[in-house]
Amino acid sequence: MLRYLIRRLLWACVLFIAVTFVTYVIFFVVPANPARLAAGQSATPERVHEVEKFLGLDQPFYVQYVKFLKRLVLEGSLGQSFVTRQSVNEEILRAAPITASLVFGAMIMVLSLAIPLGIFSALRPRSLLDRLAMVYVLIGISLPSFWIGLVLSYVVGYKLGLTPIAGYCEVFSVPEAAACGGLWDWAYHMILPCLTLAIVVAGTYVRFVRAEVMETLTMDYVRTARAKGAPERTVIRVHVLRNAMLPVVTMVGMDIGLLLGGAIFIEAVFGLQGLGGTALESIGRFDLPVLQGVVIFGAIAIIIFSLVVDLLYAWIDPRIRLT
Amino acid sequence: MSEPLLDVRDLRTEFSTDDGIVRAVDGVSFKVEPGQVLGIVGESGSGKSVTCLTVMGLNDPKFAVSSGEVLFRGEDLLKVSKSRLREVRGNEIAMIFQDPMTSLNPVHKIGRQLAEAVVLHEDVSRKQAYARARELLKAVGIPRAERRIDDYPHQFSGGMRQRVMIAMALINNPDLIIADEPTTALDVTTQAQILALLKRLQEDFGSAVIMITHDLGVVAEVADDVIVMYAARIVERGAVRSIFNEPRHPYTWGLMGSLPRLDVNVERLYQIPGQPPSLLNPPVGCRFHPRCAFAMPVCREKDPRLEATSGDPAHEEACHLDGETKSREAAALVATLTAGAVV
Repeated sequence: MLRYLIRRLLWACVLFIAVTFVTYVIFFVVPANPARLAAGQSATPERVHEVEKFLGLDQPFYVQYVKFLKRLVLEGSLGQSFVTRQSVNEEILRAAPITASLVFGAMIMVLSLAIPLGIFSALRPRSLLDRLAMVYVLIGISLPSFWIGLVLSYVVGYKLGLTPIAGYCEVFSVPEAAACGGLWDWAYHMILPCLTLAIVVAGTYVRFVRAEVMETLTMDYVRTARAKGAPERTVIRVHVLRNAMLPVVTMVGMDIGLLLGGAIFIEAVFGLQGLGGTALESIGRFDLPVLQGVVIFGAIAIIIFSLVVDLLYAWIDPRIRLT
Repeated sequence: MSEPLLDVRDLRTEFSTDDGIVRAVDGVSFKVEPGQVLGIVGESGSGKSVTCLTVMGLNDPKFAVSSGEVLFRGEDLLKVSKSRLREVRGNEIAMIFQDPMTSLNPVHKIGRQLAEAVVLHEDVSRKQAYARARELLKAVGIPRAERRIDDYPHQFSGGMRQRVMIAMALINNPDLIIADEPTTALDVTTQAQILALLKRLQEDFGSAVIMITHDLGVVAEVADDVIVMYAARIVERGAVRSIFNEPRHPYTWGLMGSLPRLDVNVERLYQIPGQPPSLLNPPVGCRFHPRCAFAMPVCREKDPRLEATSGDPAHEEACHLDGETKSREAAALVATLTAGAVV
């Protein structure tokens, strides 16, 4: 078990270096000069050169990369934004909870909708409920998230006035100047964005759960359970669900990791300055340290959640040994 | 004669498929007496498994329709309520399946799966159920049963899993055990062990057994009576000795002729020519006639009925051939099969 963890962590380091290096390379291949952008349109070439030197952009990119790694490992610092001179760590710590609220909130909605719906439509294929569920799946998969977001915020937020249409409220450490704060305000503001993301993601999950349950129902051990005289409800609960949920666990873990990297469209629609929005903004400004910060955060999220999935998997499925 | 334990009368099971209606069981009748071992033999798709799944009510109700009667101690299992059927399953009639590798739930411990069968039918504590599970694991010859009860199915070999399945079938001391090809998925030495175990436990527990198999060797070893099925129907039945000493249906001849033997050198193994017919659209007349070396014009037109022609009223076959030819061919076949062999 310990050996397994150590190997996973080493692998994570390799992955980490690969991801950051690729981001660096891409950034330097792009024909744009962050120093010119930072210095302003009317800056003289001498001024631009000064800024370049100040930001360390005059050095070859591998020197910059090594410097970046050194600072990260030794000081735990992601550096400062080219544009605002703010600490990138702080920027990420500000944006991450927003995206995390969105992703986890949506995932809870997805699972509480998709698991029961998937199971029922698997148990009664071709029934009315199943057909309705499949229509929903088609809608969820085909409609773009920003469209659903816009419609929801127009209808539910603007026309019906049931929820706010934009903004984010801190749960803890509410700033003095903030218009809102606390658990209630936070949840109230997150309902629509989470719902939007949930509607988009849940379609895939309903179909997936349905397929898994249907397949498990044909397994020999389910027939054995019936032959034992188990009532249908016991058969489903004890023998079908646990086996059918195994692949779902994997999918949830992977998706959480992926979505934390940024659900850009939904953040944009609801005016949330989460990781997606931050990344988008930093690309526009050629703000490498901030972009790099978001990429690193996303990579770490994926690494952590795939590890969690593997550990969970070994716990649920006795056939899997972590070696 | 006392009432039979199981009395199946004119059983028909149809499956609706995309291509049409498949008559998987077409007018099958048989009886099982208490403590009797009945072998049902036939190729894949002959309807032997479906017959037994129908008895247990385990066909998918969405696709399968059954008619006829399945009288278990006089009670028609095709007509009883779902809850009554559940009481019977696993308690009065238990089933052993073909593939032990997939018939146990991979995520639950063996002990839990065995104890579940007890708790479903008896009002006992968890502890008592586990004690019974341990007892049965010992009875089927699992070494260190006390420890292995906490193992998962993947920690057992195929033969050991089949022993677990047998333990699960016997755990409520059923009156009838249906074993659907219980040794097919196992290697030859394990097959022999499992068969010997089944035979011994059947005698100890006094249960009746329906042994479904495509292997005549298995039938010869354990069965009292034999039914030979072909294309959803019974083509021959009788006591095991009578069937092996004087088989009277050309299909049975083919089955016996294709038994491989180690003691005689043969150029190549005999096989019945052709394929079993499609049950979507079975041949008119005798269903075996397209593959039968003895087919006559009448075989293409008239469906033969099960009749006793050998003088033994319990030995019946469905074939238009005259009794003399049947006796002659049977004698010739048995003579070649026993030639050189020590019987």
